[in-house]
Amino acid sequence: MSTPAPAFERFSLTPRRRRKDRIARGAVVASTAIALVPLVLIVYYLLSKGLGSWSIKFFTTDPTGNTFFAASSIGGIKSAILGTIEMVALASAIAVPLGLGVAVWLVEYGKSSRFAHTVRFFIDVLTGVPSIMFGLFIYIALIVGTGTSYAAYKGAFALSLLMLPVVTRAAEVVLLLVPGSLRESALALGAPRWKVIFRIVLPTALPGLLTGILLAIARAAGETAPLLFTAGATMKTGFNLNGFMNSLPMQIYTDVTSPTTAVVNRAWGAALTLVVMILLLNLFARLLARRSSLR
Amino acid sequence: MSADEPTMSLEKPTISPGDNTMSADESSPPSPTRRTTMSPEDQHTQMLDPSRSQSPKSPQAAPSAPGNARANVSDGLAVKLEQLRAFYGDVAQVKGIDLDFHANEVTAIIGPSGCGKSTMVRCINRMHEEVPGARAEGKVLLDGSDIYDSSVDVVAVRRAIGMVFQKPNPFPTMSVFDNVAAGLRLASRGRGDLHNKVETALRGAGLWDEVKDRLSEAGAGLSGGQQQRLCIARSLAVEPEVILMDEPCSALDPIATLKIEELIDQLKSKVTIVIVTHNMQQAARVADRTAFMLSGELVEVGPTQQIFTNPNDSRTEEYVTGKFG
Repeated sequence: MSTPAPAFERFSLTPRRRRKDRIARGAVVASTAIALVPLVLIVYYLLSKGLGSWSIKFFTTDPTGNTFFAASSIGGIKSAILGTIEMVALASAIAVPLGLGVAVWLVEYGKSSRFAHTVRFFIDVLTGVPSIMFGLFIYIALIVGTGTSYAAYKGAFALSLLMLPVVTRAAEVVLLLVPGSLRESALALGAPRWKVIFRIVLPTALPGLLTGILLAIARAAGETAPLLFTAGATMKTGFNLNGFMNSLPMQIYTDVTSPTTAVVNRAWGAALTLVVMILLLNLFARLLARRSSLR
Repeated sequence: MSADEPTMSLEKPTISPGDNTMSADESSPPSPTRRTTMSPEDQHTQMLDPSRSQSPKSPQAAPSAPGNARANVSDGLAVKLEQLRAFYGDVAQVKGIDLDFHANEVTAIIGPSGCGKSTMVRCINRMHEEVPGARAEGKVLLDGSDIYDSSVDVVAVRRAIGMVFQKPNPFPTMSVFDNVAAGLRLASRGRGDLHNKVETALRGAGLWDEVKDRLSEAGAGLSGGQQQRLCIARSLAVEPEVILMDEPCSALDPIATLKIEELIDQLKSKVTIVIVTHNMQQAARVADRTAFMLSGELVEVGPTQQIFTNPNDSRTEEYVTGKFG
């Protein structure tokens, strides 16, 4: 064995290592900066173009359809906001309990059975299906198939199909994170399995479940394709789930292709509204999760 | 401590000694003056092991104020294993064990890692079958009735036979109070005077004085030893007849371990205790009887003192003297 180098030399930072470190560090900083560019631009454009069209009237009136006259006569997006809320609420009411149910079954009962694997496979396939396919499916099944016309509830069905795999997959991952030792100690206390699930597993996973559910809601709220030929497009505010219904993505989609500047600006305003709505929902759910995590 | 014990024994139903193999002396309910009427072997153990005689007299270990102790009284029941086998898939981890756990005694299970101690204990309250692919054969008789009988409700079995796990695992979403109450609520016994029951269980676990001012704080915010005693309180709240402890002190420091050991010594007046331990000194300190297991089989069982000083089997001797393990 050769004699060890003097400590000073052994531990000194070589120029080569210094160079490598600089390059590697530069590369990750540059990636972060590049990724930030579109993010910042989106927020900037949304705010600068969207805020301009915001006003009390913007939120309290329906679009008029008079797109060739003065900006003041085109109307607001009230019907779109309410339509989105109604349809997403209905879609969530269907997809969230169903998705949670599937996830609970997969984690607590199905585990690694053959059927559970099949279910997981199909959920993965569903996650990858383009959103327009859900609209198409509902169109064929509930509109062409029944010979009826567009309706809000059909749009909500399409959205719920879109949400279902997202909720299920997110919930499954979160439920798997709940330590098995908690289930065991609850079972060892003489708790029936359903109580273990409702009292221990679901509350423990709640913050994660909320995040997953929100992700799905946010995704559904921003989808245009499933609504295109299921809920139709309309201008009036409607509360009839069996009638046509406007929505924010549809409003944006129709407005942004308009030749009138004021209408295009309304699209920006609607887009900003959608983002703010989802942001508020997110904040609200986080608050809820924080409060419920310890009573 | 002795002041409230006469009250306790009044509430106790008497176990019929006929259907188990223990002697009449061991099966009789603990008398008010338990310390002076111990079985001869118990006295023998105590004389030879000074650490055992200290614990019950330690002041902070006094369980409860008079009046509160009565609500939680239930007697321990005897458990008998008959040709118990446990499998993970096709692999037998426990290979046919016959073993008696006497009522209101502490039985320690010792043996090297992987010898099937934990698996065997998990069979006693049917937690073993919760592992996918795991199953058990043979009989586990609780007070004479087989808990593996097809007519038996697993949930009811687990209410009678509680379990404390290796790692303290209070429910993270719940406060100290709710953790203890969870046992009652989960077992549909949450009605009635919940607060009183929780207090009794916490006193029984020697934790009341430390947590009475922070009942609404998170259970996970307690120290490791307190968390483990919280878990014991949680098990006690449902008033089981048997408590299984799977290495309850292996994640704890010596002081916390000592407290748990003192607690075990007090609890055996109310429940039968089976404790799995890697720590042979611990077995010597807390157990009335000790069983030594090796590769899924029971090598020897007997009074703790005998197992550690004069075992019948040479493998036991080699293990307890540290020749392997």
